Amino acid sequence: MILLTRKAEFSSAHFYWNDSWSKEENERVFGKCANRNGHGHNYTLEVTVAGEVDPVSGFVVDLKQLKDILEREVVSVYDHRHLNLEVPEFATRVPTTENIAIAIWERLDGKIPNAKLHRVRVYEMPDLFADYYGER
Amino acid sequence: MATAYLSRRYHLSASHRLHSDAYTAEQNRATYGKCNNPHGHGHNYIVEVTFGGPVDEATGMVCDLGELDAFARTNLLERFDAMNLNTLDAFRDVVSTTENFTMEVHRIFAAFPSARLARVKIEETSNNSFEYADRMQSQKG
Repeated sequence: MILLTRKAEFSSAHFYWNDSWSKEENERVFGKCANRNGHGHNYTLEVTVAGEVDPVSGFVVDLKQLKDILEREVVSVYDHRHLNLEVPEFATRVPTTENIAIAIWERLDGKIPNAKLHRVRVYEMPDLFADYYGER
Repeated sequence: MATAYLSRRYHLSASHRLHSDAYTAEQNRATYGKCNNPHGHGHNYIVEVTFGGPVDEATGMVCDLGELDAFARTNLLERFDAMNLNTLDAFRDVVSTTENFTMEVHRIFAAFPSARLARVKIEETSNNSFEYADRMQSQKG
């Protein structure tokens, strides 16, 4: 089995807020990330898939096809958007780096032909990132 | 509840000298080469710590980043940044290789109370990096 990783980038706005808490509680837990006007990041997404090498093409997956899937399922939905206000999964979930990795896994799982999703890694910035392997 | 891994990278600069009291001067030079220079040398280390655990449904987090950064400031940066590693208690009995530094950092962050440490990686230079995980049980994280 071979692991193959493709990167993509998106730039998005977000803020951290839990509707079931008071304003004070949100500000205590989330600090400046609770500013309702939002702030933003240049996110880097790394998607790793696992599969067998096709004996004819020599590919695990066609990289162009994988790039198109990432563009359709993730980048076109997240890039230059406000995650809380414009991306449906974050209407009820806080758009932390962990939850973004989980949401991207859910968007991609089962959609990559001939390969299994192995890991979704999301960098919020170069010194902070989250990994999700589909563990529940 | 979904289990995810959160990784944070901290930057610190420190000097060290690789030298073992168990070796003769000649053996030290043969083993450690230019790293045995008596005056020491230094690196910009990058310490990457990975914590695994259930993502809290209320906060969306494996652990609170502010709490982790505060722990790292007190227990990592204030102890090791801009220091000579060989002068510190942690390297009194062991050589200040990055292997030993990685295990020491693992001991430190294993005591972080709010999440389970999955792995520590230290980049000594952009060409050399070292990783340590308990029992190396998981390649994840």
